[in-house]
Amino acid sequence: METKQINLKIDHIPVAVPEGTTVLEAARSAGIKIPTLCYLKDLNEIGACRICVVEVKGARSLMASCVYPVSEGMEVFTNTEAVRKSRRLTLELILSNHRMECLTCSRSGSCELQQLALEFGVDTVRYYTGRPQPQPETSTLHLVRDNSKCVLCRRCAAACRKTQEVGVIGPNDRGFQTHIGSAFDRDLNEVDCVSCGQCVVACPTGALTVKDDTQQVWAALADPTKHVVVGAAPSVRVQLGECFGMPVGTNVEGKMLTALRRLGFDKVFDVNHAADMTIMEEGTEFLHRLQEGGTLPLITSCSPGWVRYCEQHHPDMLSHVSTCKSPQQMFGSLVKSYYAEQAGIDPKDIFVVSIMPCTAKKYEVKREEQRMANGCMPVDVSLTTQELARMITAAGLMFTQLPDGEVDPMLGMASGAGVIFGATGGVMEAALRTVVEVVTNGEMKPLEFKQVRGMQGVKEASFELPGKTVRVCVASGLANAKQVLDGVKSGALQYDFIEFMGCPGGCVNGGGQPVQSAEIRSFTDVRGLRAAALYSQDQRMTYRKSHENPYVQKIYSDYLEKPGSHKAHALLHCTYAPQKKYRV
Amino acid sequence: MEHIRSVTRPPHTEGDTGEIATSLNDTQFYHHQKRIALRNCGFINPESIDEYIGVDGYTALSRILTEQTPPQEIIDAIKASGLRGRGGAGFATGMKWQFTADAVSDDGVKYVCCNADEGDPGAFMDRSVLEGDPFSVLEAMTIAAYAVDSHQGYIYIRAEYPIAVKRLQIAITQAKEYGLLGQNILNSGFDFELELRLGAGAFVCGEETALLVSIEGKRGEPRPRPPFPAVKGLFARPTLLNNVETYANITWILNNGADEFAAIGTEKSKGTKVFALGGKIVNTGLVEIPMGTTLRTIIEDIGGGIPNGKKFKAAQTGGPSGGCIPADLIDTPIDYDSLTAIGSMMGSGGLIVMDEDNCMVDIAKFFLEFIIDESCGKCAPCRIGTKRLHELLCKITDGNGTMEDLDTIVELCYHLKSSSLCALGQSAPNPVLSTLTRFRSEYEAHVLEKRCPAGVCKNLLHYEILADKCKGCTLCARNCPADAISGTVKGLHTIDQEKCIKCGVCMDHCKFDAVVRH
Amino acid sequence: MKTLEELQAIRETMQKQLNVRESDGNNIRVVVGMATCGIAAGARPVLTAFLDEVNQHNLDHITVTQTGCIGVCRLEPIVEIFAPGEEKVTYVNMKPEMVPVIVNEHLVNHKIVTEYTIGAAE
Repeated sequence: METKQINLKIDHIPVAVPEGTTVLEAARSAGIKIPTLCYLKDLNEIGACRICVVEVKGARSLMASCVYPVSEGMEVFTNTEAVRKSRRLTLELILSNHRMECLTCSRSGSCELQQLALEFGVDTVRYYTGRPQPQPETSTLHLVRDNSKCVLCRRCAAACRKTQEVGVIGPNDRGFQTHIGSAFDRDLNEVDCVSCGQCVVACPTGALTVKDDTQQVWAALADPTKHVVVGAAPSVRVQLGECFGMPVGTNVEGKMLTALRRLGFDKVFDVNHAADMTIMEEGTEFLHRLQEGGTLPLITSCSPGWVRYCEQHHPDMLSHVSTCKSPQQMFGSLVKSYYAEQAGIDPKDIFVVSIMPCTAKKYEVKREEQRMANGCMPVDVSLTTQELARMITAAGLMFTQLPDGEVDPMLGMASGAGVIFGATGGVMEAALRTVVEVVTNGEMKPLEFKQVRGMQGVKEASFELPGKTVRVCVASGLANAKQVLDGVKSGALQYDFIEFMGCPGGCVNGGGQPVQSAEIRSFTDVRGLRAAALYSQDQRMTYRKSHENPYVQKIYSDYLEKPGSHKAHALLHCTYAPQKKYRV
Repeated sequence: MEHIRSVTRPPHTEGDTGEIATSLNDTQFYHHQKRIALRNCGFINPESIDEYIGVDGYTALSRILTEQTPPQEIIDAIKASGLRGRGGAGFATGMKWQFTADAVSDDGVKYVCCNADEGDPGAFMDRSVLEGDPFSVLEAMTIAAYAVDSHQGYIYIRAEYPIAVKRLQIAITQAKEYGLLGQNILNSGFDFELELRLGAGAFVCGEETALLVSIEGKRGEPRPRPPFPAVKGLFARPTLLNNVETYANITWILNNGADEFAAIGTEKSKGTKVFALGGKIVNTGLVEIPMGTTLRTIIEDIGGGIPNGKKFKAAQTGGPSGGCIPADLIDTPIDYDSLTAIGSMMGSGGLIVMDEDNCMVDIAKFFLEFIIDESCGKCAPCRIGTKRLHELLCKITDGNGTMEDLDTIVELCYHLKSSSLCALGQSAPNPVLSTLTRFRSEYEAHVLEKRCPAGVCKNLLHYEILADKCKGCTLCARNCPADAISGTVKGLHTIDQEKCIKCGVCMDHCKFDAVVRH
Repeated sequence: MKTLEELQAIRETMQKQLNVRESDGNNIRVVVGMATCGIAAGARPVLTAFLDEVNQHNLDHITVTQTGCIGVCRLEPIVEIFAPGEEKVTYVNMKPEMVPVIVNEHLVNHKIVTEYTIGAAE
């Protein structure tokens, strides 16, 4: 059925758009950018901030263009004196209740409120500003909540409630007392926050920021007694460039490696390699369950946000979760065992840093069940892409001009299967590349599984293998995970292998990603572009299957014997347990 | 003298020797009223469906269901009557019913709701209808449901009205027992289920979209329109939402004819309106008058004038969303458009009368304090703007205001009117704007002279003991809660202005009129 | 469930009962204002007092009932008496101790207690 075309005039320009389009989007199609603050396409369309107001002929008051649908013959004016004045006054009001700490705020330069104030020439705030401001809340490992900088756009609440279905924060009280908080204003670490950081991604100001752990890394780098090892996740290399003005989806792996080297890390490995290890272990685990009648579906466990969600909200599904550690944790475990032995260094003197697109990894590194037999925690500090960018800038490195560097291959050389972990469906595809080959004894040597690619929230596919049909499902974003889990529990959905990622779109859209404005997030496929860069890299690589990676084969032949061995289990596996949702 | 004036004796006469009115019907208070919405209030037992039937209750519904009156005919009658929404907005009721009837629901479900979340301070019209004649609302809602093709209704009533809630519950139970509500009403095949939903102490939930969101179980905050509730309302289905008083008029219109209703009132405001008279007026209470009655009639005849011989200063209509009608506009007819034209609005019917002892700046501040408490907090202009407006008004009543502040206030008021998300924010500045326009000199006295002409704003008051009157009895000093008065027995007492908290206790106690207030 | 005919019958019966003024019996209707304004002012004890008095003296021709807001709220508790052939009488500022006086003088002896009526109120 064809959608009706609506004809209207925006600033005297005739525009024709499909019925149901908002004035905001219609204006964009005519090359007019109406400023917004609370708007996030498909996530938060509530017309609350009143920044996007426009004059509509015949309307009683100004209308919020982000939610106002077009109608035939409508006449809209986006840039009259009245509109500009209204936006300026609204901004002044918001600023009058905002702790202006711009000089030292980590969002200075990327803050959407700051940008609007600049655009609208707000140079004074005439209203009374001497209010006591709330103190930042720092109870969690991954973020800082500072309500004194909150503009009550509700984007964080929308992300937590709609995308993640956890709904741990939202508006409390009303009127001027409204503030974003959890149930009964408890600290975030007392309620069922899963550390996914999607709220941080959604926040336009410095109200929600990732906790900065760079000081620990600087200290370790400066400490002569410490052997500091670093490994970056697959997604980081397609995000990092954005922090230095490069287009979304630029693969900066070479420059990233050089930057890490120059920062002073003693060894620059790569978590992509550990991703290959994960495939070996998890693939073996899956085949074992498939062939021996174990608990199916098997569900991946590399996303600590998903794991925590499962432990808190669906503890009855824990037996389905893979016992494999995440690539980050496997990486650290191998560094402090295999590498330590090879290099002749005491693991206690090794300081392992991971660079992740993820905020939940900061929580994962502290989980007690990750502790190794030798007493060490596999990873000492997990930094986000943002924090690495800050370190690079502080070190005076001109990132865009850096030459390409090399990785230390022992725990750094990876196959294409490891690279694509960052996209939703990447883990599944990587696993299938190995699993199908093994199950068919080499007869089917698949390379690309396009069915599990793409930014859809839930994808499913089935593969006819000799003697078995393998049904898989890939979901990202916890609301989608819940949907799938409900289907599995009720029996309506039948799968053998499920990949869940806590963040919608996979790790490329993780909580630690570089800041991108609402405009970019609403109208550019940021996740798709970053994921595409990963798939491109995969295509160019020599080895594209985890089990073909010689540096993976070597670890098994030298050290772990075979995937799923006793030693592999001790080092690279762990168990999860139900957790209380509320710790009050 | 403040007797209820009788029609048998001339008004404004002091010292009566004539007959006294023994019946309410013979009083000035009652004489000017025409009770349509309140026709049964004060007459029948609200907890008896039989008594309701005895006053022609359920005749309209029975007729409609047995004759299978085409729904459009009912809607046309309501349109012809000229009835406008009594909740305050004054939208043509017939048109609202038409929009909802015309709207297409994807699964055929439509809702009919009643807004009984009467939140204006001083307003109790809806409460009285629900406590006195609940069946009239039930019958009207059932007819409305028939007209728009709905089978499920909700009455959203504020929890602070326990008696009204109880009487509604009793009414619903009795109506269901008689087969006049629920499945297969009067064996006609028409179903209409009705349930109550209680509010939780939020004025903003009287706003149409916020009310519906609250019924859905979410935070009661308005949402932008379009889409309008008639098209996409409760649970995203077409929804009809009308005020209690609007519903109370429906069966009268259908039983007596749209023309009868349209014959009352003015050209654009048909019928009657219920007002809750309060404030500085002799006869506080509930009155129902034809639209177009002048404010003078309400205050002097029905209301019985201002008590204690004080002078009428202004009347506030529309509660926190409305404006003040000053004394020189006392002959304004009360109808939707006349009130809007002078910067006020009809509102839901609260009418607060003020006299010379009321400070208009203080009144504006009072309404703003209410708004701040009740603002939902979703949109920035209302959430922050009302607070900042209040701070500016406090500056003025504290004696720290400047003329520039008055300009800032006006600018902020117009900003709220044009940019707020819902009517609460858009109309919040009305009391401020109307008092500032009509009583500017009072504001300027506060700013330029640091003086409150009405003697209300505490911080601008100045208590003094007159030397020629003080007898040194020490009564004031002994009672001063702030220890601000010093003086010896039989000697002149003085007030330390730094310590004085302007409570006025000294003036209350002085037997010699020696304490004066500026 | 009531049929249309049953409803008609109820209507006819109640009409007669409520329209006391036009009726030709000696039924008297005593109506006590019991909206929030009335109850807050103390109407419940007044209602109870009327019921007690009427029962005590076995006055079968008197119906005591409650009603909603009568309108002139500042004079609550209000009681209105509807007697055949007469305009209704409005008693205001009612207290339980005034009830026996009214029952005796007005309801039994048909003498209006003028000092309790609305016209005498201040």
